[in-house]
Amino acid sequence: MIGSWELALIVLSAVIVTVYGIVVGLFLLGIDRKLAAHMQARVGPPIRQPFIDLRKLLIKENVVPDNAIAWIFNLAPVVALASSIVILLYLPIGSIYPPLGAYGDLILVMYLLTIPALCMVAGGFASGSPYASIGAQREMVTMIAYEFPLAIVVVAVAWRLAAAGIQDPFTLGSIAAHPIWSVAGPLGIVGGLLLLLVMAAVTPAELSRIPFDTQEAETELAGGLLVEYSGKNLAMFSLSQGVKTLVMAAIVVAIFIPWNISSLVLLPEGVALVADLLFFLGKVILVMFFSVSLVRVAMARFQINQVVSVFWIYLGLIGLVGLLLLMADAALPAAGVII
Amino acid sequence: MSEGEGKKAPYTLPIGPTHPALKEPVMFTFQMEGETIKDVDFAPGQTHRGIEWMGMRRNPVQIVHLTDRICGICGVVHTLSFCLAVEQIAEIEVPERADYIRVIVHELERVQSHLLWAGVAAHELGFDSLLHLTWRVREQAMDVIENITGNRVNYGIVQVGGVRRDITPEQHPLIEECLTTYEGLLSSLLDLFLDDRSIHMRCRDRGILTYDDAVHLCTVGPTSRASGVNMDLRQDYPYAAYGDLDVRAILPDQYAGETRGDVYDRIVVRLLEVGQSCGIIRQCLSEMPAGEITAEPKIAKLLAVCKKAHGEAIGRVEAPRGECLHYVRMDGKESPTSWKVKASSYSNLMSWIPMLRGEQIADIPIIVASIDPCLSCTDRVAVIRGGRRNILTKEELHRLSVEATRRLQA
Repeated sequence: MIGSWELALIVLSAVIVTVYGIVVGLFLLGIDRKLAAHMQARVGPPIRQPFIDLRKLLIKENVVPDNAIAWIFNLAPVVALASSIVILLYLPIGSIYPPLGAYGDLILVMYLLTIPALCMVAGGFASGSPYASIGAQREMVTMIAYEFPLAIVVVAVAWRLAAAGIQDPFTLGSIAAHPIWSVAGPLGIVGGLLLLLVMAAVTPAELSRIPFDTQEAETELAGGLLVEYSGKNLAMFSLSQGVKTLVMAAIVVAIFIPWNISSLVLLPEGVALVADLLFFLGKVILVMFFSVSLVRVAMARFQINQVVSVFWIYLGLIGLVGLLLLMADAALPAAGVII
Repeated sequence: MSEGEGKKAPYTLPIGPTHPALKEPVMFTFQMEGETIKDVDFAPGQTHRGIEWMGMRRNPVQIVHLTDRICGICGVVHTLSFCLAVEQIAEIEVPERADYIRVIVHELERVQSHLLWAGVAAHELGFDSLLHLTWRVREQAMDVIENITGNRVNYGIVQVGGVRRDITPEQHPLIEECLTTYEGLLSSLLDLFLDDRSIHMRCRDRGILTYDDAVHLCTVGPTSRASGVNMDLRQDYPYAAYGDLDVRAILPDQYAGETRGDVYDRIVVRLLEVGQSCGIIRQCLSEMPAGEITAEPKIAKLLAVCKKAHGEAIGRVEAPRGECLHYVRMDGKESPTSWKVKASSYSNLMSWIPMLRGEQIADIPIIVASIDPCLSCTDRVAVIRGGRRNILTKEELHRLSVEATRRLQA
């Protein structure tokens, strides 16, 4: 049973995390746009542009198409935003232990990650527009495509930690406390790098960014899933997009680069917290830069069947090789002992 | 791959008249099965502006400014082809220097048009970095055009009987510099477009137009050349100064060694033509003879000559998109009795149907863009239903737009 004091603490931290997630998420979108603009030799919008856009969307009319299923259409953005914020409650932010960290692990996070995408699918089908329906179908296919490599990454990392005799290998707390790089040997590090590559490719798909933005595909589907959304509903989707960007980057950070400043340098407690938070933001921006901004300026959009083959064949293979390397890494020292 | 969802009922996907994939209005109706296009139909005619109607109430000198505005990108081809027709009817001999200047502007236009197209194609593929890059390098051609003609878009340089402005020796270094830049850039552009994995994946073997289809559908310009049809007006029926110049039709096998007639080949042809145009301009600059730039500098005299002219003629030029044709008939009146514009896209539009059949939704934008359609040039006809015809005057249009605004405000 959860005590009332503990419950209050969780509620309070949930509120703080919500505000934090929304603000940081929107800033991340702004930074992404600025970085992409500079790489395309443009000036780009100011970093606060997503906030300006959000304000504009909130004062705009919220149009519900006549042939839409209104309750699903209106519910989808709320659930999408709520579920993406919920994921944040399970992820470590800097050196702060996640508020719900004790109640869920990486498997739960994986399931939660599908909810915003499912909401977009539901909202797309409920829009009653052919573009949105095609977008929704593509989103489902994309989800099916990237879940497999994502699962390989999660299972591989957790299995290696378990092989090293670490308790509760699936909880983000123990993954963050025992970075895969310090547990694994040289073979395992190569495997880990391959898994990092797979994760970096899953991130833009999860966030529906180029080259995996077939479900929104501006030039083909005029916004796809979101084509009928406007005003408040669209604002909520754009908020959840920001939060999801933070979530995906935070997952990569938690699995692959979990170090904190305070664990490397000795700092007074208050300073350490701030330093860790800033360091965490730095890592998040770094991850976003490499897996979102850089990729989306350097590539064209894939077709939906190409998305599937990229994830199932190429990234699936890379992930499996990474998994095998990690297994070999765990098995080899043991073999050495036997010999 | 919507087959994965197990539902394969055919459905109709409308794209247009306005849609982000289309830069100009045209209405597509796709019969879809999952993500695959079963059949397609399209209805142009959404942007008819009645330019010919206006032209037949004006004299040839005035029409030249209308022809400049038929297309927003080809500022010179329509004017040139109209002037070629009028010059044939009125038997006006164009000075040789004017012919060279016409060719220089014409080729600069091809350079900027092809670069513009390349950027649009990249955008349709979702490759915005390449769009920004190509449009940035395109600016240099625009600057040179502005330097030569005084305008960036509607050049207003070609006139019946010659050109309005001369190219002075001081302008030569500027043009040379532009040509050198593009010749240097060409290899990196070819690299960026043709060696990029994601562009290759999206364009190779997509939107194939076979040689036979290209011939049967009477396609023109880069669209037909990409299918291996060796056809270029500048080579086959030289006009202006092209007779003196060395122009050979660009075919995709010159680059890749094979012709597949797909979107990729159309990129190849257009990019190679940028390099070819640079060569032609360079040749023009070095061989340009001295002399007058117009047969008749006095407009009143020119008009008198045109007014006396009897007969009909066709002016044809190789526009960046293919052959552009103007038919003019003059019966000794101030304005032409008949004027018909056939823009290059008119011949190319039908090739959409064999290209699009069997492809996927994702291919629609790039295939539609691959023929570089220019619909406001093409739309020469508005269909009148039920025999009622109606011409809206400026006052009526104004009244209608005021009413529409009121309706929106209500």
